[in-house]
Amino acid sequence: MTGPQTPDPGPRTFTAEDYKYGFKTEVEAVSLAKGLNEGIVRQISAARNEPDFLLQFRLKAFAALSRMREPRWARLDFPPIDYQAISYYSAPKQAETHGSLDEIDPEILKTFEKLGIPLDEQKRLSGVAVDAVFDSVSVATTHQEKLFDAGVIFCSIGEAVRLYPALVERWIGSVVPAGDNWFAALNSAVFSDGSFVYIPPHVRCPLELSTYFRINNTESGQFERTLIIADRGSHVSYLEGCTAPKTSKNQLHAAVVELVAETDAEIKYSTVQNWFAGDPQTGVGGVYNFVTKRGLCRGDRAKISWTQVEAGSSITWKYPSCVLKGDDSVGEFYSVALTNGRMQADTGTKMIHIGKRTRSTIVSKGISADRSRNVYRGLVQVMKSAEGARNYTCCDSMLVGKECEAHTYPYVDVQRPDAQVEHEASTSRLSEEQLFYLQARGIGHEEAVGAIVSGFAKDVLAVLPMEFAAEARKLLQIKLENSVG
Amino acid sequence: MVIGMTATPDPGPRTSDLLQVTDLKVTVAGLTIVDGLTLSVPAGEVHAIMGPNGSGKSTLSKALAGHPAYAIAGGGAALDGKDLLAMEPDERVHAGLFVGFQYPTEVPGVNNAEFLRMAWNARRKALGQPEATAKEFAPILAERIRQAEAPEDYAGRQLNAGLSGGQKKRNEILQMYVLEPRLAILDETDSGLDIDAIKAVARGINGFRRPDRSIVLITHFQRLLELVKPDRIHVLVKGRIVHSGGPELAERLEAEGYDRFERA
Ligand SMILES: Nc1ncnc2c1ncn2[C@@H]1O[C@H](COP(=O)(O)OP(=O)(O)OP(=O)(O)O)[C@@H](O)[C@H]1O
Ligand SMILES: [Mg+2]
Repeated sequence: MTGPQTPDPGPRTFTAEDYKYGFKTEVEAVSLAKGLNEGIVRQISAARNEPDFLLQFRLKAFAALSRMREPRWARLDFPPIDYQAISYYSAPKQAETHGSLDEIDPEILKTFEKLGIPLDEQKRLSGVAVDAVFDSVSVATTHQEKLFDAGVIFCSIGEAVRLYPALVERWIGSVVPAGDNWFAALNSAVFSDGSFVYIPPHVRCPLELSTYFRINNTESGQFERTLIIADRGSHVSYLEGCTAPKTSKNQLHAAVVELVAETDAEIKYSTVQNWFAGDPQTGVGGVYNFVTKRGLCRGDRAKISWTQVEAGSSITWKYPSCVLKGDDSVGEFYSVALTNGRMQADTGTKMIHIGKRTRSTIVSKGISADRSRNVYRGLVQVMKSAEGARNYTCCDSMLVGKECEAHTYPYVDVQRPDAQVEHEASTSRLSEEQLFYLQARGIGHEEAVGAIVSGFAKDVLAVLPMEFAAEARKLLQIKLENSVG
Repeated sequence: MVIGMTATPDPGPRTSDLLQVTDLKVTVAGLTIVDGLTLSVPAGEVHAIMGPNGSGKSTLSKALAGHPAYAIAGGGAALDGKDLLAMEPDERVHAGLFVGFQYPTEVPGVNNAEFLRMAWNARRKALGQPEATAKEFAPILAERIRQAEAPEDYAGRQLNAGLSGGQKKRNEILQMYVLEPRLAILDETDSGLDIDAIKAVARGINGFRRPDRSIVLITHFQRLLELVKPDRIHVLVKGRIVHSGGPELAERLEAEGYDRFERA
């Protein structure tokens, strides 16, 4: 990072204290010894009573990992990660299978309450089924009956391995192979839990599905794995939210998400990421977020849409991608990435056009404040087979203050003359004139900042599920309040 | 209203003065642009300020609105006896000030109706009154659009982004109707309007007049002053009011220009 080390003298300086979700829950946890080796991988698998195919998958990933090096091509500066100093498995002690909420440690329930996530069916968010993953283990999935009636499977991946091993074996690693990249291989070797979704043919999932991830154990990494399969003609909208307590140590989060959309199926995957971002002055602490997300439009006319609001983590390395294999399939990526304090984000997408007449849309809005760095990195690839493929990309950056950075790296690889690839980009500053104008209409400073930023990010916020759009808007406002003078 | 001062004879501010600007000095980028300006506007009156380009008319209005780039180097300004200069820009609005800007700012992606509801609610909150939901606000806005004679599609537009110069001015009048200020300073709201629009805006301004409200029109054109009859006209040259007179002054300025005042 560039810029002088002098602390900001302003009275409204953002402090780590402002991180609303920075509490820690005292729950007895079962952790494995720190370190990573084949023995640990076997122990994780054994602790979870896994079938042999999964152990083999893990071992294959570990072998691949042993031959790889951590990637350093992203525009991110961070000290070397000591992979041997991390505990790769942490489970709340009582986490077995939960038939009802009564069996869950009340401390965990309280944590989710503090996060505003109602697991109690009485107080639930109407129309949203929630799977809550605490450290590495899924602790509760709500609305099971309603989903069951529709034939939808929504459970933790651990449960899916137990109840639907054939489905898991068929699809795990089919979109993100065990040895895809360093962090995906790491996840494949040691992942502990995550969510599993299967939507049967021609079913419109009757509820929004949602998973909330929470890192509580400060010594452990979090390696969850999500697998969503939308069978022919089905439809599902899924949202993940993330928070972690604030600690002075960095926490490693390396997740993998795989999506499969069959013919005429549609998956809408939304993320509101608010992991602890570290100390805003020094950059100490915070989550290192290295995530591999990829969707495969396997059948014709399939559609996968990624929407992300990235507002936390000290480091974000994340490129949710679409492989457009089916003819006429559609990929979308809508992103708002906000960095402040000393945060660094290197994020974007890959759209791989294979099928005929495949279409993709990329809308990226980067907001950088304070001394943060915000990078968009995207690849649009049109293969020889992708007759009539089209892409539209729009990358806008907004700078708040003078010491932040914004960079855009759009890569285009077109192997057909008839491909239509459009790219627009802009960089602007959060304007003092706009701020003044809104204030001159009686609107307070904070709300004015929120309105301007929401206006900038409008095209992305508009595609979030309604229940979460207001939450995301509020999150952007809160994050920026202290960065605008 | 300041009361209890009536016993003292002169020279204090008249209690009926809604706006009281005294020896105001404003600097921009190190230059003194408003330089010892004094102006009083009694409640219920319409005053006009005219003056050559660059004389400091917009600087005066922006400084009164609290623009951070315009520094107060001396003097004072009170609205209804309250010290304007001590307030944040949004507090000035809640105290009853509205400035219609010469060049209204574009805020892309912000819906006009949503913005007006935010402004409405901010004021309601400051007054200790309940805020309006989008549903509750829709009929209120429809009524204000009618009163302001603003085009009906304004609710669905973006905040000035994508509006023409003239449309932006009409949007300012709509905002005035939503915010119901005690004092409205309209900086060249008539510039850039077509013939019909200028009449609509004039009707909007006339309809806004009330015994407890004052309006300051900054304009270059006699045309507006024929449609909205001012009680007083002030000539602003080089950062101060150099001459004040009745409505007949407009015709003289139209005929003679500012030459005489500039040389003085
Ligand atoms: N933000 C600014 N930065 C630098 N100079 C400024 C700024 N605003 C105003 N000025 C200067 O102050 C002087 C007065 O400008 P102002 O806009 O107040 O004039 P005006 O009387 O409104 O003119 P007009 O009739 O053309 O609108 C001009 O010389 C202008 O260049
Ligand atoms: Mg002007």
